[in-house]
Amino acid sequence: MNDNQSEFLEIKGLRDGLLVSLADAPWDELQAALIRQIEGRQSFFQGARLALNVGNQALKVADLVELRDQLSERGVSLWAVISDSSMTESTSQLLGLATRISKPKPDEARQFAVSVFEDQTALWVNRTLRSGVRIEYSGHIVVYGDVNPGAEIAASGSVLIWGRLRGVVHAGKDGDSSVFVCALDFSPTQLRIENEIAVLPQEENVCPKKAQISDGKIVLEPWVS
Amino acid sequence: MTAKIITITSGKGGVGKTTAVANIAVALAAEGQKVVCIDADIGLRNLDVVMGLENRIVYDVVDIVEGRCRLRQAMIRDKKYTELFLIPAAQTRDKNALSPSDMIRLGDELRSECDWVIIDSPAGIERGFRNAIAAADQVLVITNPEVSAVRDADRVIGLLEAEEKGSPALILNRINPTLVKRNDMLSPEDVLDLLAIELIGVVPEDEKVVIATNRGTPIAADGKSQAGQAFRNIALRLKGEQVPFLEIDDQSGFWGRLSKLGGR
Repeated sequence: MNDNQSEFLEIKGLRDGLLVSLADAPWDELQAALIRQIEGRQSFFQGARLALNVGNQALKVADLVELRDQLSERGVSLWAVISDSSMTESTSQLLGLATRISKPKPDEARQFAVSVFEDQTALWVNRTLRSGVRIEYSGHIVVYGDVNPGAEIAASGSVLIWGRLRGVVHAGKDGDSSVFVCALDFSPTQLRIENEIAVLPQEENVCPKKAQISDGKIVLEPWVS
Repeated sequence: MTAKIITITSGKGGVGKTTAVANIAVALAAEGQKVVCIDADIGLRNLDVVMGLENRIVYDVVDIVEGRCRLRQAMIRDKKYTELFLIPAAQTRDKNALSPSDMIRLGDELRSECDWVIIDSPAGIERGFRNAIAAADQVLVITNPEVSAVRDADRVIGLLEAEEKGSPALILNRINPTLVKRNDMLSPEDVLDLLAIELIGVVPEDEKVVIATNRGTPIAADGKSQAGQAFRNIALRLKGEQVPFLEIDDQSGFWGRLSKLGGR
C-alpha cells in the first residue's frame, strides 16, 4: 500500500510547512492517494500547512476547492499550489492560494525586482478581479479591468489599473519605495506602498489618480501623463 | 421536451433564493410550462415550506440519488398548478449526501420530463453550492442592495466564471425606492456598476411577500402584488420575451435609466 502511494506522491518538509509533489497520474487517483496518506498518518499531518506541486495538471476551481475541503476536514490547510499549467496557476490565484513557495531572501528579491524593472515587464491581467481573488507577483502588475472590493493585489513593483480600484493594493511589497499605484477611478479599500499604509477619504469626484511615496508618506495626485 | 436547468444562488444567506425559486417556478407554471423545482439545500430544507407542500413529502432528492425511490415518486405535485413539481431536500442528511455528478445525472434524467428545472442553492461557496450549480445551464445570482450581500454575490460570480458556467444573470431583490431616493440604500445602478453582469429582474420590497411565504402560497400567484409582477416578468424573460423593467416609482428617473442599462 505504502509503496503504491509513494509512486503517486513525495512529501518533503519545508521551513514553513510540507511540500507534496504529485506524480503524473489521473487527478482522482492522486487525490485519493493523498487523502489515504493523510488518514494513515494523522498525527504527522494534524495542523500541517500543505504546499502542493501538481506538475502539469490542469485543474479547475472545483477540483482545488474539493481537495481543499477534504484537507480541511482532516485538519490540514492548503496554502499553495505550484504548477506548470497556467490554468491551474490562475485557478489557485482565484482561490487565494499562493503559487510560489520559496520567498527569496531580501537581497535576491531586490536584485530580481531591479532586473524586472530593467526589462520593463509586468504581469498582464486582462479581466476584472472580483471579491476573494488575490494576485501576487514579483514585478509590476497591470490590470485591464476593475479591482472590486474584497480583491487583493500585491506586487513587488508598481501597479497600474485601467479601471476602478476598490479593493486592496500593495505595491513595493518586498521593499521598494520608488514604485507607484495608479487607477482610472482611485478608491481603494486600503492602499499600501512599501511599508506605508493609507486609507483614503471618500471622494465624490472620480478622476484618474496616482499614489507614490514622497518624504516617507503616501502622496496622492491627479494622474496625468 | 428538453428542459432548461436554472440554478438560483447568492453566496450570502437570507437574500431570497428560496422565495425567488418558488415564485419563478409558479410564474412559469402559470404560463403553462411544466416545471420541476429541486431543493439542493440538504439538511436545511425550506422550499417545501414556502411552496406549502411540507406535509406531502414522502421521498426526497437523496432517496432518488441513493436508489430508494424512482424519480417520479419524489416529485410532489403543487396544490394549484398541476404541471409544477417539487423534489424536496433531505432534512436529516448533510451536504455530503450529494455530489456534483449526482446532480448532473438527476438533471439529465429530468430534461426529458419537463420544460424547466429550477434548483435552489444553499448559502455559501462550498460543497452544497457546487452541487447546486453542477447541472445548471444558466445560473441566476440574487442579491439585496446591501454592501455585504453584493460583496458575496461578486465572489460567487467570480467562482461561476472560473468554473466556465457562462456569465450569470442578476436578480436584485428587495429594492426600496424611498430609501434609494434618500441615498440610504445602494441603487440598482450602484450594484450593476460593481457586478457588471446582465440584469434579469428587479423585485421591490413588499411585505406581502413575507405573508405569502408564511402561508405557503408564492406571491407570483397574486395578480395585484408588484413583487409578484416582478417575478412573473423574470419568468417571461427566461422564456426569451422582451419585458420592460417595472416602473416601481414612476417619478424616479433611475428606473428609466435602469431599463436602458438592462438593455430591454
